[in-house]
Amino acid sequence: MAVTDTGQGEAGVKRPSRLFKNLAAKFAAIPMIFTALVVFVGCTLWTIYHSFTKSRLLPAPKKWVGLDNYERLWSENRWLISIENLAIYGACSLVLSLVIGFVLAALLDRKIRFENTIRTIILYPFALSFVVTGLAWQWILNPALGLQNTMRNWGWESFTFDPLNNAEIVIFGVLIAGIWQGSGFVMVLLLAGMRGIDEDVWKASRVEGIPAWKTYIFIVIPMMRPVFVTALVIISAGIIKVYDLVVAQTSGGPGIASEVPAKYVIEKMFQAQNLGLGFAASTMMLLSVLVVLIPWAYLEFGGKKNG
Amino acid sequence: MKLTTKLLSATAICAASAASAVELEVTHWWTSGGEAAAVSEFAKAFNETEHSWLDGAIAGSGGTARPIIISRILGGDPMHATQLNHGRQAEELVEAGLMLDLTDVAEAGSWADIVNPSRLLDGCTLDGKIYCVPVNIHSPQWLWLSHEAFAKAGVDVPNDWFEFVASADALRGADVIPLAMGQQAWQTSLAFGAIMVAVGGTELYIDVLTNKSAEAAASEEMTAVFQAYADARSLSDGSNVQDWNQATNLVITGMAGGQIHGDWAQGEFQVAGQVAGEDYTCLPGLGVNEIIATGGDAFYFPKQDDPAIEAAQKELAALMISPEVQVAFNLKKGSLPIRGDVDLSAANDCMKKGLEILAAGNVLPDGVNAYSADTAGQLEDLMVEFWNDTSITVEDAQARYVGIIESAD
Amino acid sequence: MADATVNAQASAAMSGPRGPKPKRAFSSTNIIIYGTLLVVCMYYLLPLYVMIVTSLKGMPEVRLGNIFSPPVEVTFEPWVKAWSEACTGINCEGLSRGFSNSVWILIPSVIISIAIASVNGYALANWRFKGSEVFFTILIFGAFIPYQVMIYPIVILLRESGEGITWFLRIFNEDASSFRLMGSLSGLVIVHTIFGMPILTLLFRNYFTSVPEELFKAARVDGAGFWGIYFRIMLPMSLPIFVVAMILQVTGIWNDFLFGVIYTKPETYPMTVQLNNIVNSVQGVKEYNVNMAATLLTGLVPLVIYFASGKLFVRGIAAGAVKG
Repeated sequence: MAVTDTGQGEAGVKRPSRLFKNLAAKFAAIPMIFTALVVFVGCTLWTIYHSFTKSRLLPAPKKWVGLDNYERLWSENRWLISIENLAIYGACSLVLSLVIGFVLAALLDRKIRFENTIRTIILYPFALSFVVTGLAWQWILNPALGLQNTMRNWGWESFTFDPLNNAEIVIFGVLIAGIWQGSGFVMVLLLAGMRGIDEDVWKASRVEGIPAWKTYIFIVIPMMRPVFVTALVIISAGIIKVYDLVVAQTSGGPGIASEVPAKYVIEKMFQAQNLGLGFAASTMMLLSVLVVLIPWAYLEFGGKKNG
Repeated sequence: MKLTTKLLSATAICAASAASAVELEVTHWWTSGGEAAAVSEFAKAFNETEHSWLDGAIAGSGGTARPIIISRILGGDPMHATQLNHGRQAEELVEAGLMLDLTDVAEAGSWADIVNPSRLLDGCTLDGKIYCVPVNIHSPQWLWLSHEAFAKAGVDVPNDWFEFVASADALRGADVIPLAMGQQAWQTSLAFGAIMVAVGGTELYIDVLTNKSAEAAASEEMTAVFQAYADARSLSDGSNVQDWNQATNLVITGMAGGQIHGDWAQGEFQVAGQVAGEDYTCLPGLGVNEIIATGGDAFYFPKQDDPAIEAAQKELAALMISPEVQVAFNLKKGSLPIRGDVDLSAANDCMKKGLEILAAGNVLPDGVNAYSADTAGQLEDLMVEFWNDTSITVEDAQARYVGIIESAD
Repeated sequence: MADATVNAQASAAMSGPRGPKPKRAFSSTNIIIYGTLLVVCMYYLLPLYVMIVTSLKGMPEVRLGNIFSPPVEVTFEPWVKAWSEACTGINCEGLSRGFSNSVWILIPSVIISIAIASVNGYALANWRFKGSEVFFTILIFGAFIPYQVMIYPIVILLRESGEGITWFLRIFNEDASSFRLMGSLSGLVIVHTIFGMPILTLLFRNYFTSVPEELFKAARVDGAGFWGIYFRIMLPMSLPIFVVAMILQVTGIWNDFLFGVIYTKPETYPMTVQLNNIVNSVQGVKEYNVNMAATLLTGLVPLVIYFASGKLFVRGIAAGAVKG
């Protein structure tokens, strides 16, 4: 197990081919290489290829139809609504999680009492499954039995808050649940980042007489850029995948008002038995991820090739 | 081995080579009260043989269950038997050779003679071979009415859809939701089909469904159907339920006047202890065109590589179609048996109505058989969108409908 | 020691907060801060509170529709029903059936995925080879690929590998029974290992990068190899990150629904799928109290783990994620 490896290879008189350098590391990385190449790259290419075929219930690699599936996809109202919902949900949940997360982190960073308790309370929803979150909020937002009815019972007769039964605002009903679950994690990330900032920064700003809020906005936030990027990336990865939450909370309803792309894909693939269309939709999802991801990856990794 | 019928003994010949007891996993999406009671009749009968039934119920309608069923068959881990609507849905699976050929069982039991209407067996047949067992006939075009609700409103129980619509105001006045409607897409789509039969008539229905005539889809008769459907939307304001049986429950408890739903709603009334004609009324074809579409459920048997299992599968197939099991199952399910030669004196009013219509031959093809899953899905999307979004005009909806029918397959 | 660990330890030593010191106990700033936090805490606790009180009410009380009021008559009936009596189809075993499945999915998945990812992270941090960064980049991209893109091909992949293994087994033993990955627990374990890999590998890579180079070099001079350094130096130093990884995986895998529903079958359904089945098997009216009890039961395991390890969880995130 211990001494069988690369160190000696280098010391040897004649170097074996490069392939055997770092052999143990390469051997250990086989699962990673397999996952990266076969699953992530292979399966993705497979899906992209089949999005150009007329695959229905079974993959039909020989029935090439070009862009037909894509044309059909972009002519479907349901897909357009899904995209719109994801855009609204994504933008709101990104901004709100970061703002709420940051404000909470800043509050918790002010040497308050009960910090641990409060942090525990804010973070616990993160431990729950989306199915659990969706069901809990579905129950609270149920107009006949939940929040709305309770408020009315308490005498506020005109109180109306029924996002899950109102097609116009249903996506915000989903958002409330999503934020509830995810913002605690963002808060913890940002809090950790905040704690990583040198005490001297605060001392200096106090000496200069800069108010606390200015210090946060102009000094602390810029210094926390890497943490914000991490948080941003983690949140957006979650947003694209939002599926369980919608299925548990609204099933895409009322009507098709809270459909999301992930759900569209699953249903077209298996329920409508139109694999080609489902693959086309998932390829579009992938494309939108790449549009966001490539510039980020370039900035993050491209810049420091010296590693 | 307990052999009670000729059918069973016929299959036993196939089974003889490997007569060991096996456990068959059967998947289905029958999870409501009435449905579960019905499926346990199958399980009970099968457990009486040397084999045993392993129940694989998947909750949340066929839409949830089908993906799971199909991905398991494709993934090489098929269940031993599964519910699927016959016809177009399973076509590709059969073509790919993933389903067990039941022709020998069917011949031994002479299914061709006993299955009525014979169209049901056609749905199971591909290239002259039989791949599934139809177990019941379900027709979606029924209107279920609550006597209690109409008593509250002080009006007579309507005799057809038009009277029902006319009584809506009276129902509203008595704080009753006129029309109960679950939010799931397939329910709104079902209601459209039913209104189409009632308002548009059977000719239109056949033209559009069977002949896929875009002309018929664009006709004025069809506009009237869309108009009626659009008008029905406001009738269901306030019925914020998701599942079909929650909607049925609104009718059972008199909180809603009626529900457009398939005859399987019957099972729920039965579980709730209600009596047809006294507590509730059922109107086939919404009371306008007394006709029923013959959809239904069927069981498929994915291919296995173990001969013992295959023998048990065939045994189960024969059992499901045997007279006693058919009667027991369908009485609980509220559906009609697929064979005309069984005694259904125990049937209630609603089932008898259905049987009469069936005997008179007033049957229509069902959407599930007529459209591919893809087309059916598109239609569902349109219907659920139109139903929930009152800003879509009748013209727009019909134009999109014509587009779908034009490219239907 | 590199920054991340230093920070984590330092911040613990200095008892954390670094913001400006509030002046008096009852200053207006303080009132605003505590007031805001109180409201925030209520928002986060509300659903849990509602779930608990609802699950303790009988159905007649639930129908009254006051979700905030505590139960007039406390009943544990819904809990019993959710655990052992609720029906799906003709199975009336409640959630208990899913619980043990979830445990048997969880344990191997967590162990295998962490073992593989930690070795990956270690190789990437300390034993870079040609192309290792490329694979790592692909892997990180993989974390963002919507699962939907890969679900279907993985079904095929599992089927083919299952058949491949069967073929392999039959070389040695003609009668070997056919081996299936699809629908089996081992198939699901593989899927969880694959999809947990990107984030975990990132976590471990970042952590191992922060281990001082000198330590690593000294070990190599002493003649220790890849595995030697991993087991003798890296492992003992990285307990916190293992705990973090474990917590992330336990909650993630326990809470999974999509893979559970697609890659298993009824006998092997995990608890979340079972929960969804129970909640969607409506018999007449929705029994919200039973649903809420079932929901709480399903959430119990991750919650217990989270509450028991809260501080480690937070510190681990600080060590792993901050140094992005």
